[in-house]
Amino acid sequence: MASVRVRIAALLDSYTGGATEVEVEGGTAAEVMAALDRRFPGLAFRVIDEQGQVRPHMKIFLGEEIVRDLATPVPPGAEIYIVGALSGG
Amino acid sequence: MTQPIAPANANAWILGTRKGAWALRRIADNKHWKLEEPWFFGCQVHHVVQDARGAGTLLAAVRTGHLGPTVYRSTDGGRSWKEAARPPAFCPKEEYANSSLGPDDARRQGLSVDHVFWLAPGHASQPGLWYAGASPIGLFRSEDDGVTWSAVAGFNDCPTLAQWCYNFAPGTPEGPKCHSVQVDPADAKRIVVALSGGGIFLSEDAGASWRPVNGGVAMDFAPPKEDGSEYEFGHDPHDVVIHPANPRRWYHQNHCGIYRLDWKENERDARWRRIGDAMPKEVGDIGFPVTCHPRDDRTCWVVPMDGSTVWPRTSVGGRPAVYRSRDGGESWQRLDRGLPPQAWYTVLRQAMAHDGGNPLGLVFGTTSGDLWWSGDEGDSWTMLARGLPKIMAVAAVRLP
Repeated sequence: MASVRVRIAALLDSYTGGATEVEVEGGTAAEVMAALDRRFPGLAFRVIDEQGQVRPHMKIFLGEEIVRDLATPVPPGAEIYIVGALSGG
Repeated sequence: MTQPIAPANANAWILGTRKGAWALRRIADNKHWKLEEPWFFGCQVHHVVQDARGAGTLLAAVRTGHLGPTVYRSTDGGRSWKEAARPPAFCPKEEYANSSLGPDDARRQGLSVDHVFWLAPGHASQPGLWYAGASPIGLFRSEDDGVTWSAVAGFNDCPTLAQWCYNFAPGTPEGPKCHSVQVDPADAKRIVVALSGGGIFLSEDAGASWRPVNGGVAMDFAPPKEDGSEYEFGHDPHDVVIHPANPRRWYHQNHCGIYRLDWKENERDARWRRIGDAMPKEVGDIGFPVTCHPRDDRTCWVVPMDGSTVWPRTSVGGRPAVYRSRDGGESWQRLDRGLPPQAWYTVLRQAMAHDGGNPLGLVFGTTSGDLWWSGDEGDSWTMLARGLPKIMAVAAVRLP
């Protein structure tokens, strides 16, 4: 399975212990999130709700593209960004 | 009120606000209070409750703007907090695919917890058992002192729940809410919940089945039924209390008045009586919290708000006051000594509490971030804290 670099916003520091960049394995966005959750328990549920939807104020980017479907394939060497959405004025 | 039974020897108040939770601790001279550093800074704290059954576990219903809802727990009096390993969450929509729910039932499209709104310890005979009410409307329970949570299936999967609660539609500000979750101190199988909107519902089999208990409650926001009968559900209770010293007596502040219900044995058709009719007409009987004296089932307090015209929900006439009844709501006394002569704040349903002490200490927190305290059962009021974020909940706690 391909290794993927994930950059994680600081608002998830309490789950990552401050790590902002990690490498995990996964062939889809869902697999990457599952791998992250194994390393940082509880993190995935802060990004994806119980219906499998990305929470309204969170965003997952694959490169520059927003990931809306967690079945989206993640090519080897790709970079994923998990960030808080711009919300509020 | 935030919880009918306060922990013994409470020495602090916890304030849940729009931007975190603060502990306000009584210091050694017993005359002053110290506001401590915030917990969950920047997060919405809808409720904080300490287990009065002995273990002293603190649970907090916390929501960040980005990261969604969760429950935190502390077993060391707030020195450290740990997130629930499995927070309250609805079941995936796929589980309803072959259910008997109607085709338009919102549960078929999938519900996600927006925020945990209410936390309640279970019966005294069931240590470690807790309940949580959520928005959108859902009821959850934990059997391991708040570490993991699961749905109360008899409620969340009840086929008529969507009919009771306007199909989970967001009719109230900040979403529909399941609140006032309480277990009857005299009967562990008897659980009450209130839905805004939807009404008051009772289970007599530990949550397996539910029935509405809204007889006698007004519903001014709906037209009269053509056959002249009452609405069985669809009401908007704001705060319901099973009286801790007399569980056969319930109090209830509704969107449409203040009520009392006295249960008789084997009574199926118990009815609420509008005790708010005895309030001064120019003040009315609209508000959010009702707080009951823990040892006297005739004494309770309410905080009237302006429910006229477009519902400003602020102090009536810009003159804040608490009202107290000493006779079960047959008459009411205005209590405003010490309160500002002019202010327009709101006191939310979890934002009034007692400390269980003797004499009884009372507090209420305002949406404008002020905390008011009374050491004489409401006769006079003193400001303990000001300038905080919007206060959404207060609770008496015992801290180390």
